[in-house]
Amino acid sequence: MFTRVECSSALPAGDNVLIFEGSQLPFRPGDSVAAALLEAGVSPLRKNPVDESPRAPFCMMGVCFECLVEIDGKQNQQSCLTRAHPGMVVRRQRGARTLA
Amino acid sequence: MGAFDLIVVGGGLVGAALAWGAQIAGANVVLLDEGDVAFRAARGNFGLVWLQGKGVGIPPYMHWSLRAGRMWPDFAERLSTAVSFDIGWRQPGGLQFCFSEAEIAKRRDIIARTQADGGDIDISILDRADLRALLPDIGDEVVGASFSSLDGHVSPLYLLRALQLAFQAAGGHYRPGFRVEHINAETGAFRASSQIGSVLGRRIVLAAGLGAAKLAPQMGLSMPVKPERGQIVVTERVKSFLPYATNCVRQSVEGTVLLGSSHEERGFDEGTDVATTAALCRTAARVFPALADATVVRSWGSLRVMTPDGLPIYEESARYPGAFAVTCHSGVTLASVHALEIGPALVQGRLPSHLSSFTSERFDVHQS
Repeated sequence: MFTRVECSSALPAGDNVLIFEGSQLPFRPGDSVAAALLEAGVSPLRKNPVDESPRAPFCMMGVCFECLVEIDGKQNQQSCLTRAHPGMVVRRQRGARTLA
Repeated sequence: MGAFDLIVVGGGLVGAALAWGAQIAGANVVLLDEGDVAFRAARGNFGLVWLQGKGVGIPPYMHWSLRAGRMWPDFAERLSTAVSFDIGWRQPGGLQFCFSEAEIAKRRDIIARTQADGGDIDISILDRADLRALLPDIGDEVVGASFSSLDGHVSPLYLLRALQLAFQAAGGHYRPGFRVEHINAETGAFRASSQIGSVLGRRIVLAAGLGAAKLAPQMGLSMPVKPERGQIVVTERVKSFLPYATNCVRQSVEGTVLLGSSHEERGFDEGTDVATTAALCRTAARVFPALADATVVRSWGSLRVMTPDGLPIYEESARYPGAFAVTCHSGVTLASVHALEIGPALVQGRLPSHLSSFTSERFDVHQS
């Protein structure tokens, strides 16, 4: 569904790696978390809390809330609006978030 | 096309409820809906079926509202069966939170006045300990609440959709994009005209919300309604923590939390402002401190339909018998009686006599 506009194929080597569900996942500088996960072929990112249907990024611009993940321990984060950083710990969003 | 039995002008919560009720009572009904470009009061409705304290000091309104509340479970059951989706109706009881002993005293006064007027509703006062037993996350500033098991809540938008769909499933004619500009009385019938055509009906009911103010005089009716803006804030979906209807915070079936709502005179401005949003959030966080951490995803403004005294209008035109007016600001709470009582009454051509005090004559200035 989404394709990159850059033509370069290989991901640059270096520190640009985040942790997704315990595994290392490289990203390009400037990527959103959603873009990095999509490029790595991660799907779905979460299950809908009402009917448990699988969900993945849809609008990539902060509107649809389909791309929610847990980032550094914070639930329900919009991965399309969050820039990827080295060492960031990302997990799938599991169900609805809990209030503290 | 020949004449319909009934033309319903306005496809919002009030009009759609009347139309569905009349259609399933056996009439051939056409529902004229301006569409979602209209000032949909349903958008601004907080979704409460709220009975405690409603109509205190105005017994006919209190009894009418309680009748609506009693009828809601049957109404919701019939509607849900007709459309086979969940409109979000739940009746867990409602809590009105109090932040001081003075506010508790006011609730006690409302209970006393409700009983004095013969209101068939149990309202009890919960102290802090009672409340904490029900809601462990309740904030320290809340000293108590009043509770009624008759109160419930529902999704206003699913309710509207369900009414429109159920109406069509029952054979009703739904005409979207039909903004009525003129209504004319012809021989034994009424004609409602828009830029995209006109329809003919033996009877007609105006349920056009704020749009009714201009149309009503054409039928010899008076509907002096004005807009009152209400803003609502909604948060991200969170795990269920609030299994009750309350006066200021409502968790939907899907998990979002609605914070509401304001009462403002801003003409036809449907906008929002930060000060109001902040005030709604602040109140919610006093009630449930954990909400301070929830992410707000939207806020919006919408216009309620207010009569000068805030009470509904139910009226038949004296000049044009067969032309009726219905309006109210409690389109959700009263949806049950609109569908199951007023709809069939319109088919019979006569409003129930116990609603005779709700004509617009009450706004006339009588000179002695």
